[in-house]
Amino acid sequence: MTIRDIVKLLDAEILCGGENLDTEIHTACGSDMMSDVLAYVKDQSVLLTGLLNPQVVRTAEMMDMLCIVFVRGKRPEQNVIDLARDKGIVLLTTEKRLFLACGILYTNGLGG
Amino acid sequence: MDCIRLEYDVDGENFASAGNASESVKRTLKQMGVSPASVRRVAIAMYEGEINMVIHAHGGKAVAEVYPDRIEIRLQDTGPGIADIDLAMKAGYSTATENIRSLGFGAGMGLPNMKKYSDEMKIESTVGVGTTVFLRIDF
Ligand SMILES: Nc1ncnc2c1ncn2[C@@H]1O[C@H](COP(=O)(O)OP(=O)(O)OP(=O)(O)O)[C@@H](O)[C@H]1O
Ligand SMILES: [Mg+2]
Repeated sequence: MTIRDIVKLLDAEILCGGENLDTEIHTACGSDMMSDVLAYVKDQSVLLTGLLNPQVVRTAEMMDMLCIVFVRGKRPEQNVIDLARDKGIVLLTTEKRLFLACGILYTNGLGG
Repeated sequence: MDCIRLEYDVDGENFASAGNASESVKRTLKQMGVSPASVRRVAIAMYEGEINMVIHAHGGKAVAEVYPDRIEIRLQDTGPGIADIDLAMKAGYSTATENIRSLGFGAGMGLPNMKKYSDEMKIESTVGVGTTVFLRIDF
């Protein structure tokens, strides 16, 4: 699926990176522990998280991830959005909770 | 052999800026045409070390030397030091506070992860003096 499909499936709002919505995505991961993302994630290109600090964007950048979805209606501060825009990472926010958001994407064909 | 030397001050008081050095090294390697797989190994290993300097050791200095076939990274801090390095290397061992955990770190996975992604890793540490981590990653 594409990031545009994720926006639709999660009824998400685009915070930045709207020009990259047609990027193809095959796998995602969900975590509030950046330590675990750094230690266990392989080629997943979407990160779903309830955490909002700048290190979420840094972690995604180090792992070459393309998109971050903030769950539970959370919104990062402007400096975090600016950092992501700078790296070309798409930021989305959805009202859905982490488990549900992951489940919806998984059911629609996104791998782990 | 000639090498490119990159030097950074890692600010221990600024959690938001942690990762700047690793990011700069990542960008440089990418521009030099190093393979994406190698760039990612370097980025993850160095970032884990840089985060450790900020959350455990009040920051310090990072020096990266890039050779045609490898990178050598030294992360040097004057923090509290590590009393038992073998214990610190164990997956799951962490002295991180609740505050650090709430920021998404402190699973005790950083040092083992640095070991996993590097070809050579050495830790020198003296309690009360500081810690130097050496990483070599072959391209
Ligand atoms: N530069 C350092 N100075 C002092 N102590 C350190 C340093 N780096 C690591 N340590 C000690 O070693 C422990 C293990 O480090 P490691 O990076 O594996 O885990 P962590 O940083 O606690 O959690 P994580 O890396 O998973 O977010 C730390 O909790 C800390 O006690
Ligand atoms: Mg660590």
